[in-house]
Amino acid sequence: MAVVTAPTSSEELITIEKTSGELNTITLRIARSNPAEGHETTYSEFKVPVKKWTTVLEAILYVKQNLDHAVAVRYSCRQASCGSCGMKINGKPSLACYTKVSELHSNIITVEPMNNFPIIRDLAVDFKQLISNHKKMKPFIIREDSEVTPESKEFIQTPKDVEKYLQFSYCIKCGLCNAACPTMATDTSFIGPQGLAQAYRYVADNRDKGKEDRLKIVDDAHGIWRCHFAGSCSQVCPKGVDPAMAIQLLRGYLLGFTK
Amino acid sequence: MKIHYGTALGAVVLVAVHILMRMTQNFGQSLQYQNVIANYHFLPYALMLEAVLILLSVHGFNGLRVILLELKQGSGYEKMVNYGSLAAMAILIAYGSRTILMAGMGVS
Repeated sequence: MAVVTAPTSSEELITIEKTSGELNTITLRIARSNPAEGHETTYSEFKVPVKKWTTVLEAILYVKQNLDHAVAVRYSCRQASCGSCGMKINGKPSLACYTKVSELHSNIITVEPMNNFPIIRDLAVDFKQLISNHKKMKPFIIREDSEVTPESKEFIQTPKDVEKYLQFSYCIKCGLCNAACPTMATDTSFIGPQGLAQAYRYVADNRDKGKEDRLKIVDDAHGIWRCHFAGSCSQVCPKGVDPAMAIQLLRGYLLGFTK
Repeated sequence: MKIHYGTALGAVVLVAVHILMRMTQNFGQSLQYQNVIANYHFLPYALMLEAVLILLSVHGFNGLRVILLELKQGSGYEKMVNYGSLAAMAILIAYGSRTILMAGMGVS
Protein backbone atom coordinates (compact mmCIF):
# COMPACT_ATOMS: atom_id res chain seq x y z
CA MET A 1 0.00 0.00 0.00
CA ALA A 2 1.35 3.44 -0.94
CA VAL A 3 1.80 5.89 1.89
CA VAL A 4 1.29 9.53 1.01
CA THR A 5 2.95 12.10 3.20
CA ALA A 6 2.90 15.85 2.79
CA PRO A 7 6.18 17.15 1.35
CA THR A 8 8.01 19.58 3.56
CA SER A 9 9.22 21.93 0.81
CA SER A 10 8.35 22.78 -2.78
CA GLU A 11 11.67 21.28 -3.94
CA GLU A 12 10.70 17.97 -2.39
CA LEU A 13 7.27 18.18 -4.05
CA ILE A 14 8.83 18.53 -7.49
CA THR A 15 11.27 15.66 -6.82
CA ILE A 16 8.45 13.35 -5.77
CA GLU A 17 6.36 14.25 -8.80
CA LYS A 18 9.22 13.82 -11.22
CA THR A 19 10.02 10.35 -9.92
CA SER A 20 6.38 9.29 -10.00
CA GLY A 21 6.08 10.63 -13.55
CA GLU A 22 3.18 12.91 -12.77
CA LEU A 23 4.82 16.11 -13.90
CA ASN A 24 4.71 16.94 -17.56
CA THR A 25 6.21 19.91 -19.37
CA ILE A 26 4.32 21.85 -21.99
CA THR A 27 5.22 24.76 -24.21
CA LEU A 28 3.01 27.75 -23.51
CA ARG A 29 2.92 30.27 -26.37
CA ILE A 30 1.59 33.61 -25.22
CA ALA A 31 0.57 36.31 -27.71
CA ARG A 32 2.28 39.55 -26.77
CA SER A 33 1.18 42.92 -28.07
CA ASN A 34 0.84 46.49 -26.97
CA PRO A 35 -1.26 48.44 -29.48
CA ALA A 36 -0.91 51.69 -27.50
CA GLU A 37 2.83 51.58 -28.18
CA GLY A 38 2.36 50.35 -31.72
CA HIS A 39 3.82 46.90 -31.02
CA GLU A 40 2.61 44.15 -33.34
CA THR A 41 1.71 40.71 -32.03
CA THR A 42 4.60 38.37 -31.31
CA TYR A 43 4.58 35.04 -29.47
CA SER A 44 6.69 34.27 -26.41
CA GLU A 45 7.31 30.61 -25.64
CA PHE A 46 7.72 29.24 -22.14
CA LYS A 47 8.33 25.74 -20.80
CA VAL A 48 5.85 25.18 -18.02
CA PRO A 49 5.62 22.15 -15.68
CA VAL A 50 2.03 20.99 -15.37
CA LYS A 51 0.08 18.33 -13.53
CA LYS A 52 -3.10 16.54 -14.57
CA TRP A 53 -5.28 19.20 -12.96
CA THR A 54 -3.30 22.32 -13.92
CA THR A 55 -5.48 24.90 -15.62
CA VAL A 56 -4.32 27.19 -18.40
CA LEU A 57 -4.65 30.14 -16.02
CA GLU A 58 -2.34 28.41 -13.53
CA ALA A 59 0.15 27.83 -16.33
CA ILE A 60 0.04 31.51 -17.26
CA LEU A 61 0.41 32.52 -13.62
CA TYR A 62 3.42 30.18 -13.35
CA VAL A 63 5.00 32.13 -16.22
CA LYS A 64 4.15 35.44 -14.53
CA GLN A 65 5.58 34.28 -11.23
CA ASN A 66 8.74 32.58 -12.43
CA LEU A 67 9.62 33.43 -16.01
CA ASP A 68 8.20 36.77 -17.17
CA HIS A 69 6.43 39.16 -14.81
CA ALA A 70 5.34 41.43 -17.64
CA VAL A 71 2.69 39.12 -19.15
CA ALA A 72 -0.63 41.01 -19.01
CA VAL A 73 -3.62 38.86 -18.09
CA ARG A 74 -6.92 39.64 -16.38
CA TYR A 75 -8.23 37.15 -13.82
CA SER A 76 -9.96 37.07 -10.50
CA CYS A 77 -12.06 34.23 -9.06
CA ARG A 78 -10.28 31.23 -10.68
CA GLN A 79 -13.55 29.27 -10.59
CA ALA A 80 -15.50 30.34 -13.71
CA SER A 81 -17.68 32.77 -11.80
CA CYS A 82 -16.29 36.21 -12.57
CA GLY A 83 -15.77 35.93 -16.33
CA SER A 84 -12.44 37.79 -16.27
CA CYS A 85 -10.02 35.32 -17.83
CA GLY A 86 -11.61 34.82 -21.26
CA MET A 87 -9.05 34.27 -24.00
CA LYS A 88 -8.41 32.20 -27.12
CA ILE A 89 -6.86 28.88 -26.09
CA ASN A 90 -5.56 26.88 -29.05
CA GLY A 91 -7.86 28.96 -31.25
CA LYS A 92 -11.07 28.52 -29.25
CA PRO A 93 -12.51 31.21 -26.96
CA SER A 94 -12.44 29.71 -23.46
CA LEU A 95 -12.05 30.65 -19.81
CA ALA A 96 -8.43 30.02 -18.80
CA CYS A 97 -9.45 29.06 -15.27
CA TYR A 98 -11.99 26.54 -16.55
CA THR A 99 -9.75 24.85 -19.13
CA LYS A 100 -7.39 22.17 -17.93
CA VAL A 101 -4.13 21.74 -19.83
CA SER A 102 -4.68 17.96 -19.89
CA GLU A 103 -8.01 18.27 -21.73
CA LEU A 104 -6.35 20.10 -24.64
CA HIS A 105 -4.38 16.96 -25.59
CA SER A 106 -1.41 18.96 -26.83
CA ASN A 107 2.03 19.76 -25.54
CA ILE A 108 1.92 23.15 -27.21
CA ILE A 109 -0.70 25.54 -25.94
CA THR A 110 -1.22 28.89 -27.59
CA VAL A 111 -3.07 31.61 -25.71
CA GLU A 112 -4.21 34.75 -27.47
CA PRO A 113 -6.50 37.67 -26.63
CA MET A 114 -10.18 37.25 -27.58
CA ASN A 115 -11.26 38.24 -31.06
CA ASN A 116 -13.68 41.15 -31.60
CA PHE A 117 -12.36 43.10 -28.61
CA PRO A 118 -9.78 45.90 -28.65
CA ILE A 119 -6.54 44.66 -27.09
CA ILE A 120 -5.19 46.56 -24.11
CA ARG A 121 -2.01 44.50 -23.77
CA ASP A 122 -1.09 40.84 -24.30
CA LEU A 123 -4.13 38.81 -23.14
CA ALA A 124 -6.09 41.69 -21.59
CA VAL A 125 -8.87 43.13 -23.75
CA ASP A 126 -11.18 46.13 -23.42
CA PHE A 127 -14.74 45.28 -22.27
CA LYS A 128 -16.15 48.81 -22.69
CA GLN A 129 -18.41 47.96 -25.65
CA LEU A 130 -19.72 44.72 -24.11
CA ILE A 131 -20.63 46.45 -20.85
CA SER A 132 -22.20 49.40 -22.67
CA ASN A 133 -24.33 47.06 -24.85
CA HIS A 134 -25.28 45.07 -21.76
CA LYS A 135 -26.44 48.27 -20.02
CA LYS A 136 -28.35 49.36 -23.13
CA MET A 137 -30.54 46.25 -22.74
CA LYS A 138 -31.77 47.56 -19.34
CA PRO A 139 -30.73 44.41 -17.47
CA PHE A 140 -33.18 44.79 -14.59
CA ILE A 141 -36.88 44.23 -13.93
CA ILE A 142 -38.92 47.22 -15.09
CA ARG A 143 -42.31 47.81 -13.48
CA GLU A 144 -44.19 50.52 -11.58
CA ASP A 145 -44.84 48.63 -8.36
CA SER A 146 -42.27 46.99 -6.15
CA GLU A 147 -42.11 43.90 -4.00
CA VAL A 148 -39.97 45.54 -1.37
CA THR A 149 -42.50 47.97 0.11
CA PRO A 150 -44.24 46.71 3.28
CA GLU A 151 -47.74 46.75 1.75
CA SER A 152 -46.78 44.84 -1.41
CA LYS A 153 -46.58 41.10 -2.00
CA GLU A 154 -43.71 39.27 -3.68
CA PHE A 155 -44.05 38.61 -7.41
CA ILE A 156 -44.85 34.94 -7.51
CA GLN A 157 -43.61 32.84 -10.45
CA THR A 158 -44.31 29.23 -11.29
CA PRO A 159 -41.36 26.91 -12.06
CA LYS A 160 -42.47 27.08 -15.71
CA ASP A 161 -42.21 30.90 -15.69
CA VAL A 162 -38.70 30.66 -14.25
CA GLU A 163 -37.65 28.01 -16.75
CA LYS A 164 -38.25 30.45 -19.63
CA TYR A 165 -35.33 32.67 -18.67
CA LEU A 166 -33.31 30.83 -16.01
CA GLN A 167 -30.42 29.61 -18.17
CA PHE A 168 -29.94 33.12 -19.60
CA SER A 169 -29.51 34.54 -16.11
CA TYR A 170 -26.38 32.39 -15.71
CA CYS A 171 -24.42 34.75 -18.00
CA ILE A 172 -21.18 35.93 -16.34
CA LYS A 173 -20.37 38.53 -19.04
CA CYS A 174 -17.08 36.86 -19.92
CA GLY A 175 -17.46 37.91 -23.57
CA LEU A 176 -16.58 34.51 -25.07
CA CYS A 177 -19.82 34.50 -27.11
CA ASN A 178 -19.01 37.90 -28.59
CA ALA A 179 -15.47 36.71 -29.35
CA ALA A 180 -16.81 33.67 -31.23
CA CYS A 181 -19.48 35.60 -33.17
CA PRO A 182 -18.68 35.90 -36.91
CA THR A 183 -21.01 38.89 -37.31
CA MET A 184 -19.15 40.83 -34.61
CA ALA A 185 -15.95 40.32 -36.62
CA THR A 186 -17.24 42.58 -39.39
CA ASP A 187 -20.04 44.61 -37.78
CA THR A 188 -18.44 46.50 -34.91
CA SER A 189 -21.77 48.15 -34.04
CA PHE A 190 -23.61 44.82 -33.62
CA ILE A 191 -25.13 44.43 -30.15
CA GLY A 192 -23.73 40.90 -29.96
CA PRO A 193 -25.02 37.61 -28.57
CA GLN A 194 -24.34 38.59 -24.95
CA GLY A 195 -26.50 41.72 -25.09
CA LEU A 196 -29.27 40.05 -27.08
CA ALA A 197 -29.41 37.06 -24.72
CA GLN A 198 -29.72 39.46 -21.80
CA ALA A 199 -32.51 41.34 -23.58
CA TYR A 200 -34.34 38.02 -23.96
CA ARG A 201 -33.70 37.10 -20.32
CA TYR A 202 -35.74 40.14 -19.17
CA VAL A 203 -38.31 40.06 -21.99
CA ALA A 204 -39.15 36.45 -21.08
CA ASP A 205 -39.46 37.26 -17.38
CA ASN A 206 -43.17 37.64 -16.60
CA ARG A 207 -42.45 40.06 -13.73
CA ASP A 208 -40.99 42.54 -16.21
CA LYS A 209 -43.03 45.24 -17.95
CA GLY A 210 -40.28 46.72 -20.13
CA LYS A 211 -40.70 44.38 -23.10
CA GLU A 212 -41.70 47.09 -25.58
CA ASP A 213 -38.70 49.27 -24.65
CA ARG A 214 -36.24 46.41 -25.09
CA LEU A 215 -37.76 45.20 -28.35
CA LYS A 216 -37.39 48.73 -29.75
CA ILE A 217 -33.71 48.76 -28.75
CA VAL A 218 -32.89 45.41 -30.37
CA ASP A 219 -34.94 46.09 -33.54
CA ASP A 220 -32.14 48.23 -34.98
CA ALA A 221 -29.95 48.25 -38.11
CA HIS A 222 -27.16 46.69 -36.01
CA GLY A 223 -29.48 44.78 -33.73
CA ILE A 224 -31.10 41.38 -33.63
CA TRP A 225 -31.53 40.94 -37.39
CA ARG A 226 -27.78 40.92 -37.97
CA CYS A 227 -27.48 37.47 -36.33
CA HIS A 228 -26.83 34.80 -38.99
CA PHE A 229 -27.46 31.97 -36.54
CA ALA A 230 -23.97 30.49 -36.85
CA GLY A 231 -24.39 29.21 -33.29
CA SER A 232 -20.71 29.71 -32.31
CA CYS A 233 -21.80 31.79 -29.30
CA SER A 234 -23.64 28.84 -27.78
CA GLN A 235 -20.75 26.47 -28.52
CA VAL A 236 -18.25 28.44 -26.43
CA CYS A 237 -20.38 29.54 -23.46
CA PRO A 238 -18.76 28.13 -20.28
CA LYS A 239 -22.02 28.44 -18.32
CA GLY A 240 -24.24 26.50 -20.73
CA VAL A 241 -26.17 29.57 -21.87
CA ASP A 242 -27.54 29.32 -25.41
CA PRO A 243 -27.48 32.89 -26.77
CA ALA A 244 -28.28 31.70 -30.32
CA MET A 245 -31.55 30.27 -29.07
CA ALA A 246 -32.30 33.44 -27.08
CA ILE A 247 -31.90 35.47 -30.26
CA GLN A 248 -34.32 33.24 -32.18
CA LEU A 249 -36.84 33.36 -29.33
CA LEU A 250 -36.51 37.15 -29.16
CA ARG A 251 -37.19 37.32 -32.90
CA GLY A 252 -40.44 35.46 -32.16
CA TYR A 253 -41.57 38.45 -30.06
CA LEU A 254 -40.67 40.90 -32.82
CA LEU A 255 -42.43 38.90 -35.53
CA GLY A 256 -45.51 38.41 -33.36
CA PHE A 257 -45.18 34.62 -32.94
CA THR A 258 -44.69 35.04 -29.19
CA LYS A 259 -46.72 37.41 -27.04
CA MET B 1 -36.14 43.28 -41.53
CA LYS B 2 -39.81 42.31 -41.56
CA ILE B 3 -39.83 43.79 -45.09
CA HIS B 4 -37.07 41.36 -46.02
CA TYR B 5 -38.98 38.33 -44.73
CA GLY B 6 -42.29 39.53 -46.20
CA THR B 7 -40.88 40.22 -49.66
CA ALA B 8 -39.11 36.84 -49.66
CA LEU B 9 -42.30 34.95 -48.83
CA GLY B 10 -44.33 36.97 -51.35
CA ALA B 11 -41.74 36.41 -54.07
CA VAL B 12 -41.61 32.64 -53.40
CA VAL B 13 -45.40 32.40 -53.83
CA LEU B 14 -45.61 34.57 -56.96
CA VAL B 15 -42.54 33.09 -58.64
CA ALA B 16 -44.02 29.64 -57.99
CA VAL B 17 -47.19 30.76 -59.78
CA HIS B 18 -45.04 32.18 -62.60
CA ILE B 19 -43.17 28.85 -62.98
CA LEU B 20 -46.39 26.81 -62.80
CA MET B 21 -47.83 28.96 -65.61
CA ARG B 22 -44.97 27.74 -67.83
CA MET B 23 -46.27 24.23 -67.26
CA THR B 24 -49.71 24.94 -68.72
CA GLN B 25 -48.09 24.37 -72.09
CA ASN B 26 -44.89 22.94 -73.52
CA PHE B 27 -41.93 24.87 -72.02
CA GLY B 28 -40.45 25.80 -75.38
CA GLN B 29 -43.82 26.94 -76.61
CA SER B 30 -44.35 29.13 -73.54
CA LEU B 31 -41.25 31.11 -74.51
CA GLN B 32 -42.39 31.85 -78.04
CA TYR B 33 -42.75 35.55 -78.87
CA GLN B 34 -46.56 35.69 -79.14
CA ASN B 35 -47.01 33.70 -75.93
CA VAL B 36 -44.65 35.95 -73.97
CA ILE B 37 -46.41 39.08 -75.29
CA ALA B 38 -49.78 37.52 -74.47
CA ASN B 39 -48.68 37.34 -70.82
CA TYR B 40 -48.28 41.12 -70.78
CA HIS B 41 -51.63 41.71 -72.49
CA PHE B 42 -53.42 39.67 -69.83
CA LEU B 43 -53.85 42.30 -67.10
CA PRO B 44 -53.89 40.04 -63.97
CA TYR B 45 -50.69 38.31 -65.14
CA ALA B 46 -49.03 41.64 -65.97
CA LEU B 47 -49.93 42.87 -62.48
CA MET B 48 -48.43 39.73 -60.99
CA LEU B 49 -45.19 40.31 -62.95
CA GLU B 50 -45.13 43.89 -61.65
CA ALA B 51 -45.58 42.56 -58.09
CA VAL B 52 -42.72 40.04 -58.61
CA LEU B 53 -40.54 42.88 -59.90
CA ILE B 54 -41.25 45.04 -56.85
CA LEU B 55 -40.84 42.19 -54.36
CA LEU B 56 -37.55 40.98 -55.83
CA SER B 57 -36.11 44.48 -56.20
CA VAL B 58 -36.94 45.39 -52.61
CA HIS B 59 -35.68 42.04 -51.32
CA GLY B 60 -32.50 42.03 -53.40
CA PHE B 61 -31.41 45.59 -52.73
CA ASN B 62 -32.36 45.40 -49.07
CA GLY B 63 -30.20 42.26 -48.81
CA LEU B 64 -27.31 44.02 -50.53
CA ARG B 65 -27.79 47.03 -48.20
CA VAL B 66 -27.57 44.75 -45.15
CA ILE B 67 -24.41 43.02 -46.47
CA LEU B 68 -22.77 46.40 -47.06
CA LEU B 69 -23.79 47.63 -43.60
CA GLU B 70 -22.23 44.56 -42.02
CA LEU B 71 -18.99 45.06 -43.94
CA LYS B 72 -18.30 48.58 -42.76
CA GLN B 73 -19.78 51.04 -40.29
CA GLY B 74 -19.95 54.80 -39.98
CA SER B 75 -22.82 57.29 -40.20
CA GLY B 76 -21.77 58.80 -43.57
CA TYR B 77 -21.16 55.39 -45.12
CA GLU B 78 -24.43 53.99 -43.75
CA LYS B 79 -26.43 56.94 -45.10
CA MET B 80 -24.83 56.49 -48.50
CA VAL B 81 -25.61 52.75 -48.54
CA ASN B 82 -29.23 53.32 -47.43
CA TYR B 83 -30.00 56.02 -49.99
CA GLY B 84 -27.95 54.28 -52.69
CA SER B 85 -29.92 51.05 -52.26
CA LEU B 86 -33.21 52.94 -52.27
CA ALA B 87 -32.26 54.75 -55.48
CA ALA B 88 -31.08 51.53 -57.19
CA MET B 89 -34.33 49.84 -56.13
CA ALA B 90 -36.43 52.68 -57.56
CA ILE B 91 -34.46 52.74 -60.85
CA LEU B 92 -34.82 48.98 -61.36
CA ILE B 93 -38.56 49.06 -60.58
CA ALA B 94 -39.06 52.02 -62.93
CA TYR B 95 -37.13 50.33 -65.75
CA GLY B 96 -38.94 46.98 -65.26
CA SER B 97 -42.34 48.68 -65.04
CA ARG B 98 -41.58 50.53 -68.27
CA THR B 99 -40.97 47.15 -69.99
CA ILE B 100 -44.20 45.66 -68.60
CA LEU B 101 -46.22 48.75 -69.59
CA MET B 102 -44.75 48.99 -73.11
CA ALA B 103 -45.25 45.27 -73.78
CA GLY B 104 -48.78 45.48 -72.36
CA MET B 105 -49.66 48.41 -74.59
CA GLY B 106 -48.08 46.80 -77.61
CA VAL B 107 -45.32 49.41 -77.93
CA SER B 108 -42.01 47.91 -79.00
